Amino acid sequence: MTSLLDESTRLSSASQETVTSTASVIIRCDADVVSARQQACAIGEQLGLLRFDLALVATALLELAHNILSHAGRGEILLRIVQDGARRGLSMVARDEGPGIADIELALRDGYSTTGSLGLGLPGVRRLMDEFAITSVIGCGTTVAVCKWVRQRGGYDRHLAYCVGRGRAPVPRRG
Amino acid sequence: MGIPFLRHREYIIVPLQAAISDDEMVELWGLLANHVTGHDVRGVVIDVTALDVIDSFACRTLTHVAQAIRLRGAETVIVGIQPDVAIAMVQLGLSVTDVRTMLDTEEAIAFLDQATARAAR
Repeated sequence: MTSLLDESTRLSSASQETVTSTASVIIRCDADVVSARQQACAIGEQLGLLRFDLALVATALLELAHNILSHAGRGEILLRIVQDGARRGLSMVARDEGPGIADIELALRDGYSTTGSLGLGLPGVRRLMDEFAITSVIGCGTTVAVCKWVRQRGGYDRHLAYCVGRGRAPVPRRG
Repeated sequence: MGIPFLRHREYIIVPLQAAISDDEMVELWGLLANHVTGHDVRGVVIDVTALDVIDSFACRTLTHVAQAIRLRGAETVIVGIQPDVAIAMVQLGLSVTDVRTMLDTEEAIAFLDQATARAAR
């Protein structure tokens, strides 16, 4: 479960030149969440994430930040650009020193919540991002690491561009 | 920062700002529920065109707003969910089953006209 955590740490420390932008945002209140979102979007844009992917990243970031606020009260989110061979991605690591999660499997199930929320936070974040890892120790805190890779240009991209209204609609061929 | 309400006949239009905080969302909930009774409002249009993210908290609050307004006897329509926001919402697992959503304010007003006319008959 910790592979991504180790991986993102290794990637960022072993090859400093690939880490072109990093930020650490302390999350204590509502305003911090807004600021974290803006920074994540700025770094994502710089990285070349599509607008569509930026929306996914921003949504995931909000969920992670809300988890910090509602379960631990405070924590931090580390934002950085990571490189894995030819692909580059935006990594976000959310850390808190809250009560920890007793049953991670259960917390990753849709609709499970201890705070009366929709219970879509963690499983939702996992769906939104490309990589997802979580570690939690009761009484010590929780760390969630996620990453979104920059998509290679291709057919899927064109389809997405169409979905978000920036491209031409595919013309159906008739034989 | 206050949330602006625009009055249009017996409806109110609420354009949400891009950087709306969670506290303001919750504030909106109380404000609208009160406003609907005090001003003989038949319908509320919440315009989320400016929002580039709708997370589970925002979605839950919007649903609560709509439910409270319905209990007050008025209709709520959410308009302007951006395409990429919609895709992100689906991936997250969100749905707005209890709330009517439409493309733009014009369509929402036309719907409210019909809905309130039917109720008056």
